Amino acid sequence: MPDSLDAKISAAKAALDAQVRAIVAWHFDPATGCPFWLDYAREKLDWDPRDAVGGFEDLKKFPLFEDEWLRGGPVRRWVPKGLADKPVYVFETGGTTGTPKSRISINDFRDDYSEFSKTLADEYFPPGADWLQFGPTGPRRLRLAVEHLAQVRGGICFSIDLDPRWVVKLLKRGDVQEAERYRQHCIDQAVTILEAHPNIRCLFATPKLLEGLCDRVSLKKYGITGVFCGGTEMTPEFHRMAREELLEGAYFAATYGNTLMGLACHKPFDPADNYAIIYYPPQPRAVLEVCDADDLNRPVPYGATGRTVLTTLTREFFMPRFPERDMCEREAPIDLYPWDGVRNVRPFQDKKTGPVTVGVY
Amino acid sequence: MIHVPLLRWGTPHFSLDKDEVVHFDTGEPIAEVSRALPGVVRRDMRKARRAREALREIPCGELVKMAQNAARLFMSETLPVGESAQTPADFVRQQSATTGLPEHMCRKNMEKISFVLVQIEHILDSLTRGLDLDILTAGYGTDGAGRLLSYQAQTDVLGMVLPSNSPGVHTLWMPVIPMQIGIVLKPGPQEPWTPYRMAQAMFQSGVPKEAISFYPGGADVGAVVLESCGLTMLFGSQATVDAHAGNPKVQVHGPGYSKILIGDDRVDDWRDYLDLMETSVLLNSGRSCINCSAIWVSRHGREIAEALAERLARVRPLAPEDPEAPLAAFTVPGVAEAVSAAIDRDLESPGAEDCTAGKRSGSRAISREHCSYLLPTVIYCQSPEHPIAKKEFMFPFVNVVECPQDEMPANIGPTLVGTGITQDPVFRRTLLDCPSIDRLNLGPVPTTQLDWLQPHEGNIVEYLYHARAFQSVAAA
Repeated sequence: MPDSLDAKISAAKAALDAQVRAIVAWHFDPATGCPFWLDYAREKLDWDPRDAVGGFEDLKKFPLFEDEWLRGGPVRRWVPKGLADKPVYVFETGGTTGTPKSRISINDFRDDYSEFSKTLADEYFPPGADWLQFGPTGPRRLRLAVEHLAQVRGGICFSIDLDPRWVVKLLKRGDVQEAERYRQHCIDQAVTILEAHPNIRCLFATPKLLEGLCDRVSLKKYGITGVFCGGTEMTPEFHRMAREELLEGAYFAATYGNTLMGLACHKPFDPADNYAIIYYPPQPRAVLEVCDADDLNRPVPYGATGRTVLTTLTREFFMPRFPERDMCEREAPIDLYPWDGVRNVRPFQDKKTGPVTVGVY
Repeated sequence: MIHVPLLRWGTPHFSLDKDEVVHFDTGEPIAEVSRALPGVVRRDMRKARRAREALREIPCGELVKMAQNAARLFMSETLPVGESAQTPADFVRQQSATTGLPEHMCRKNMEKISFVLVQIEHILDSLTRGLDLDILTAGYGTDGAGRLLSYQAQTDVLGMVLPSNSPGVHTLWMPVIPMQIGIVLKPGPQEPWTPYRMAQAMFQSGVPKEAISFYPGGADVGAVVLESCGLTMLFGSQATVDAHAGNPKVQVHGPGYSKILIGDDRVDDWRDYLDLMETSVLLNSGRSCINCSAIWVSRHGREIAEALAERLARVRPLAPEDPEAPLAAFTVPGVAEAVSAAIDRDLESPGAEDCTAGKRSGSRAISREHCSYLLPTVIYCQSPEHPIAKKEFMFPFVNVVECPQDEMPANIGPTLVGTGITQDPVFRRTLLDCPSIDRLNLGPVPTTQLDWLQPHEGNIVEYLYHARAFQSVAAA
């Protein structure tokens, strides 16, 4: 690796360690921390994280974060005392059956998308242009986040109505035709908005909905110049189809985000990557490790496949080492993002897991 | 490694999304198979009309000759598979490796498909009752007796959502191209080999490339084929059949529940038919919908079950290259064990008994590192009401069910092939009239012995073309 990249990697690591210390100090300080972590330290730990955690590696002293901790209430146990006077949002993930996971948010989603906005070229995502948010709505972060992105760039965001949980239910009971009717209902809404609002130049869409929309209309005809695509798994073949067959010259920004992490940034398109979807997490606010599925303390080598372990480090939310239900290849740092990235994220599957039901979006 | 691409109207497309298929016994990688995106299928289907237009530029008679030549190429020539070359021997090895079928069964299925193509002229003549195929091209015409006839194609392309269990099912789509209808193939996950090789054989024989598409992939790809094609033949389980019941766009082929029914006039001579029973149960490792899964008799049920079990309990798995290998492997982990457990659960209800269990040592399911086998199983059922009496599984499995002869028609349920062994004119009439039976054999004909000149689960000509009223008067 060139020296300059090495230096950037070292600087990023130092910044991450500093972030870890600051966030641990905040969340475990009785004056500023959230009830969940303060109770946890008092009841489960015989050491003080503020003393014992000096950097990212020390987060392994905590047990793996359990997603059950995010299901059910009281959700206020996650609100840090230091932010108690701020307006609080709650975003959900999952929830087709049973209690969904909840994450509180105050301003994190805006920070993520403000940062992401800096990666979008004005040529394709013109300032002042309006946006269409063509993805899931309801208690999800995505709708508000894309709306914020549009606003940051001086635009107004239009949105459709989409309940993905209903579609997953339809598919699980084998009602493929009804699910398809619902998909068409979503596309109808998008087409109606595009026809009625000619200032829309920018589109957020999930892969399946983007494909469905392009099957119905020409994005070029409606003046779409930039497409920000994410929200679900995207394969290299979809990436190729989008560029070669769907977009008619519009810019394609493939992105990966989730309620617990925030928004990752995509590696700029490079033909040498053969359409792989490569993301870098918003470090130091979040870190993605790619680990051996049988030993989540052991990162796999660069290029090898492993399970993603997510750490979120903001004043609003501290989540050390949560094993996600995703797998991918570990990607080496690059000049633009001098920390580990992920390649071709997809649902985690092994012999023990069943098939994954993927919904309309 | 071999990479089996998609065929987008004949043009190979090497997807960046691939599935690896491995040898069922060794786990060794055999090939990578491109995985289609549902969106690709949807976009390609916009050009479906071109498939029929290209085929209509070629007279049916020419297409028949091309199909016959394709049979020869399929059987004996080296053909492309992606950027690799595939000899007939490679084909057999690869198909065996991924499906678990012994190689000699793969060869037999290859011969069966080739035979159908060679005979396609006679088959079409039979299925159309001698119709001049140019009438299909023109849409109307007069027959030999001067009657005005008109036929309207119901689709530009026929979708085929195919299974992996037995390559014999590919015989069903062989008449489609000569009838000037395009074909969209979604192969079973373990069996991309036959449709891909047949498509190549047809292209080399002159069939236009834009007439055939091939889309390996997941269930979502099958769903899009169903949604995008005017008509589709779909293969699946009873649940699949039930899910699509009443959908006129979809012709579903599920379990066959094929049966042998022995009349009271012949049942005392049951020993004469043991060879026929054994063949009907065991051929092709019991994987076909035409394999017999039940033998219905009014008496001697236990004796028949015991005698058949005596023969079938000797059957053991052999290496796939062994020309005597009688059993196919289950290649999906856990399936054989789950099937065996389901059978045992059913047998907990009194009134049925596994007659093979006491005649061999060890379990019905044999688990190996990468695959499993199920050994042939003969169940004696005291009555049709027992929960297992109407079950069918994808291995040599048969119920011998006792039921009074006059109650059989009302109780047998759906029956793809029914072999009625009887000389009793009343029972023969009853079987002829029984709406549950599709293909009827009267006399000692194995259920697995098909007459290819006869329709199978409906006449494909009538599925693809509707006879309609037509008048044409020249303008004054």
